[in-house]
Amino acid sequence: MKICVLVKDVPDAAVQKRIDPGTMRLDRSGENTLNPFDTHAIEAAMQLKEGGELQVDEIVAVTMGTNTAQRALQKAVALGADRSVHLADEALAGSDVCATGLALAKVLESEAPDLVLLGQQSDDGECYTIGAVVADHLKMPSLTQVIDMKVDGDKIRCERQAEYGYDTVALTLPAVISVGDAINEPRYPSLKAIMGAKKKPLDTKSAGDVGIDASQVGEAGSQTTVISLNEPPVKEAGEIIEDEDTAETVEKIVAWLEERKLI
Amino acid sequence: MAGILVYALHDDEGNFNKNSLGALSEAAKLAGELGTEAAAVIVGDIADDAAAGLGKYGVTKVYRAKNVQEGLAQPIVDVMAKVIQDDGFTYALFGGGLLGFEIGAGLTARLGAGVTMEVTKVKVDGGKLISERPILQDSKIADVGYVSEPGIIIGRLNAFDIVEGSGSAEVVDVDVELSEFSTKAEMITRGEQRGADVDIEAADILIGGGRGLGSADGFKDCEELAGAFDNGAVAATRAVVDAGWYPYAAQIGQTGKTVAPKLYLAVGVSGAIQHKVGMQNSENIVAINKDANAPIFEFSDLGIVGDLNKIMPKLTEAIKAKKG
Repeated sequence: MKICVLVKDVPDAAVQKRIDPGTMRLDRSGENTLNPFDTHAIEAAMQLKEGGELQVDEIVAVTMGTNTAQRALQKAVALGADRSVHLADEALAGSDVCATGLALAKVLESEAPDLVLLGQQSDDGECYTIGAVVADHLKMPSLTQVIDMKVDGDKIRCERQAEYGYDTVALTLPAVISVGDAINEPRYPSLKAIMGAKKKPLDTKSAGDVGIDASQVGEAGSQTTVISLNEPPVKEAGEIIEDEDTAETVEKIVAWLEERKLI
Repeated sequence: MAGILVYALHDDEGNFNKNSLGALSEAAKLAGELGTEAAAVIVGDIADDAAAGLGKYGVTKVYRAKNVQEGLAQPIVDVMAKVIQDDGFTYALFGGGLLGFEIGAGLTARLGAGVTMEVTKVKVDGGKLISERPILQDSKIADVGYVSEPGIIIGRLNAFDIVEGSGSAEVVDVDVELSEFSTKAEMITRGEQRGADVDIEAADILIGGGRGLGSADGFKDCEELAGAFDNGAVAATRAVVDAGWYPYAAQIGQTGKTVAPKLYLAVGVSGAIQHKVGMQNSENIVAINKDANAPIFEFSDLGIVGDLNKIMPKLTEAIKAKKG
């Protein structure tokens, strides 16, 4: 079977993210990296492959984005993916959730996976929704925020925390599963894997290659529009203590609590 | 009819979710401003009077799909898509919660609709709805409009207040043929509780523990510290509950509890949005974290950048000593 892992390149967490006031889009010109949540999805795919209960022939990392996205794909390959697919097209720029989900579904369709895995959220967009959008287009059962997967015949038995406690749900393959960060501790790539990543196959595909109608993606296909960008209400900055002398720090905390009658 | 359709989630005993009731109230208010009506969708075997009772929150109609199971998103997408298409709703609204995200996302694909998530406020402007959506770790707020109908709005946890009045809604049973793939997810068990049944909602002082504690053992120090206060208890983040370090009943946030104690003292908690939404209304917030860039310091009244393993035991001692 084939597992596709959806990955995304995001601005490095250490970099101050900003919105380009002209386009109202996230400025992606700085240092980018593989979305940290996606490393859990790749690790989950690797554990299914190594677990041996399913015969996993291939793990394919799939992304959509500009040229910088190839770095995320290389990292995904270094973590274990066998090859990668990059959907890149000017027509995709400015896609909202609706348009992005459609484009990703189309590129996945061209791979015909038995299982699609992705991280629970992206570090930049924080949308949590792409998995469920893609699943509906692919007409596959899906579940998000999954923290445990067990193979059960042609089904995957998933656990996740929902509104009232833990749910256990069995999904019949093919399926789309978004994994929570508690599902595993991703491994570190070996130096050899990092060096070898550039040699693994990377296919670049245009929107037309996978049958995407350009009017349904990008700004043209987006169904939401950012009207304005505003500052949140100003909250008075709290007091910060750098702990140098712990006895003194504790004294300050206790005084602060006493002042507010909390002790 | 034009109007706003709201999904109302319930537990296995048929109790409706507080965030859903907030969404019903919000939809009724917005519908009033738009000169239209709000309706609810429920699934499962909910009694007539309980369904009609949702009218208290301002909806005039309740669509009930009796044969559809609660708790899985895709069958509910089938139900809502049919109701929206048959009766021409212009917006779908969801209260905060995991299932609302999944159903809203499914509807986006099914109907080719615009979606906004983590919405903290909805405004009416020129006969249309505009969502306020915080982005970039809440450092900016985007006002987002919808290009086409319907618009899908997924609220943030606790974004919408419950307004309870009188009134009764008309209950309409809907019979929906499920998509084939919607039947390929099977609920084995729902709402399993893990760990002890602890009560954190009655506490005046909460010590919130996160991944920074390093291991389950770190919670012993939290319990010591909570015990040093009057009416103190220990709460936890989703990450550590999923890791099995502390009971689910103590969890704060999106899929846990919402609390507003006199003091919330966060130790080793980074302050992810999903945690923040469950405790940001605490009267006083104190955070101890070794990472000076942790988001929790953005909304703390007092922040201590340092090693919690050094600070917590000494703080416990000092508070005990004060009380004599």
